[in-house]
Amino acid sequence: MSQTIAVEKVSKKFVLGALQRDTMLRERLISMLSAPFRRRSAPNVLWALRDVSFRVDAGEVVGIIGRNGAGKSTLLKVLSKITYPTSGEVHVSGRIASLLEVGTGFHEELTGRENIYLNGSILGMKHGEVTAKMDSMVEFAGVAQFLDTPIKRYSTGMRLRLGFAVAAHLDPDVLIVDEVLAVGDTGFQRKCLNVMDGLRSGGRTVLFVSHNMAAVENLCSRCIWIDAGQVVMDGAAREVIEAYMKTFANARESMADLRSVKDRRGSGEIRYTGVEYLNTSGEPLQVVRSGDSLVIRFHYHANKPIPFPSFGFRLYTEFGTLVTDTSTWHHALDIPLVPPGDGYIDLHIDFLNLLPARYYFSLWITGAASPVHDNIEYCAQLEVELSNVYSSGRMLDSRSGIVFFPQRWKVNESVLAGASSKIEET
Amino acid sequence: MNSEWLTDFWRYRELLYFLAWRDVKVRYKQAALGASWAVIQPLLTMVIFTLFFGRLAGVPSDGIPYPLFSFCALVPWTYFSSTLSLAGNSLISNSSLITKVYFPRVLLPAATVLSGLVDFLMGAVFLALMMIYYRVKPGWSFFLVPLFLGGMVLLAFSVSMILAALNVRYRDVKYALPFLVQIWLFVTPIIYPVTFLPPKMKRFLAFNPMAGFLEGFRSSLLNSHHMDWRLVGISVVVTAFLLVTGAIYFRRTERSFADIV
Repeated sequence: MSQTIAVEKVSKKFVLGALQRDTMLRERLISMLSAPFRRRSAPNVLWALRDVSFRVDAGEVVGIIGRNGAGKSTLLKVLSKITYPTSGEVHVSGRIASLLEVGTGFHEELTGRENIYLNGSILGMKHGEVTAKMDSMVEFAGVAQFLDTPIKRYSTGMRLRLGFAVAAHLDPDVLIVDEVLAVGDTGFQRKCLNVMDGLRSGGRTVLFVSHNMAAVENLCSRCIWIDAGQVVMDGAAREVIEAYMKTFANARESMADLRSVKDRRGSGEIRYTGVEYLNTSGEPLQVVRSGDSLVIRFHYHANKPIPFPSFGFRLYTEFGTLVTDTSTWHHALDIPLVPPGDGYIDLHIDFLNLLPARYYFSLWITGAASPVHDNIEYCAQLEVELSNVYSSGRMLDSRSGIVFFPQRWKVNESVLAGASSKIEET
Repeated sequence: MNSEWLTDFWRYRELLYFLAWRDVKVRYKQAALGASWAVIQPLLTMVIFTLFFGRLAGVPSDGIPYPLFSFCALVPWTYFSSTLSLAGNSLISNSSLITKVYFPRVLLPAATVLSGLVDFLMGAVFLALMMIYYRVKPGWSFFLVPLFLGGMVLLAFSVSMILAALNVRYRDVKYALPFLVQIWLFVTPIIYPVTFLPPKMKRFLAFNPMAGFLEGFRSSLLNSHHMDWRLVGISVVVTAFLLVTGAIYFRRTERSFADIV
């Protein structure tokens, strides 16, 4: 198969701080004047990419995974010629479309139709092409009635749909997509995935960055895992995802202790410090099994009084599918003030209807005016063990799905009666 | 390398048109008075100039009524100065585009240079009305007007490229720009005719390429006196130099735009 993307030993260096310092001429002059008298502080260099090499054949759909700040977005920007590598070379052949954001270049004052033309031409479509595909785009976005309304009157959802409608009609040889699916409702996400699936079956090359492991696994045959600007693993999607998710599992020892987790966002005024699994009488739980009642205790430390915080918890499967997202906010549980110091909050689960598997969760705390105080992705795991959930002695495992419901099967009486008479006859 | 730059520019010409079209559309949509701003601005300036320079200070105007004399220069000048201000900030104000999608960056200042021409046309219509009112007939030299206009467009584009690229790295440009434009107004023969200056100063004036183009524009349109071809010649040379320098500087810095902007 012909090759469409070749990345050869690409490195990209960012000098942290220096850019900021130099954007004002005055600062630059001052630093030039004072340079003889002061030792220059060593520039803080960040290698967003380091010696990255790989090739992608035409028709391949490749997922790129890695933690936040691993260099995925920089890689996509280098591939789309938005930014240039410090060293190394990139060759991309064919018409390339990069979708690093939905609705790039949308202008609030312009109408939906005008924005379709503008966005289309920014993404590299010809005027005639946009005109020819207009009806189909409008239908895709479902904004027919509002086509001549300025998009400042559009809802966020409408804007997204409009942006994606244009992107979906690009028909490129190489499509580069960055986390577009992270936004929008599930219906919209499904639509996006369908479009990418269509591109795949049409023999197009797709590079796809996402934190949604389920989507990556579904769409991509191959996966590249990047960490600290380097390719850690490149191979069959399922294997790479499994290996990647295992790195979170390795953090199990530190699970009880979240204080040392570096990869987190938020103001830090209040932080999660640990997680504990307890039974309903408050004793530590060694094994969590399907159907158990349990208490997950989240320990935190506040540096100062925190008014009206919301504590949140998101549970994912091993492949990154979101199982559930719950928080004190969802329950309208108002906590007027959390005093400074250590404390904990309990999540009572009356009936854990998860099937045996390994799950991961992410935690967050937001404040009254909704700044994020703390947010840790995939910070702990929950290993759910086999149990006799249906009291039948027959075990269920992860092949049976993700969840089970309290349930009964009921067979029609007449069928049973008929059967018993047959048995008697024989 | 440079030929690739030019072919890219050509391949994306449709985007250039769309960016310019967006600028025009947005500008007129947001303003209540819409297109009339393109006339009001030079018109009010002309009134002030006529009052202070024409009447009070008695600045000569080559035998043309002072209002027409100054307005004829103010229309292209307004185009030039507002283009510099807008194009100088064009890369910064479109940073979301620069960091999210590839296209030749030079399209952004270029689009501003183009979209300003719509305003210029509005002003030109009013200028024509004024010429009818003052019964000033253009001569054969009228056919030279597009050449001088073209010179101004190229000059605006050259300076815009330099300012826009500088602005990405040094935000000082944003603050220096209004000042630069103001100074430039006074060293360009707008308020006064070139003939008003002593020969010594005229020599310095030649290095302001806007001087040759504006003077040429005015004298060819109003058919006022013989063209100062030497002045025009120097303007052309300086503009060509600025165009090449600007393109080279822009080309050299544009790779880092997305990282800094």
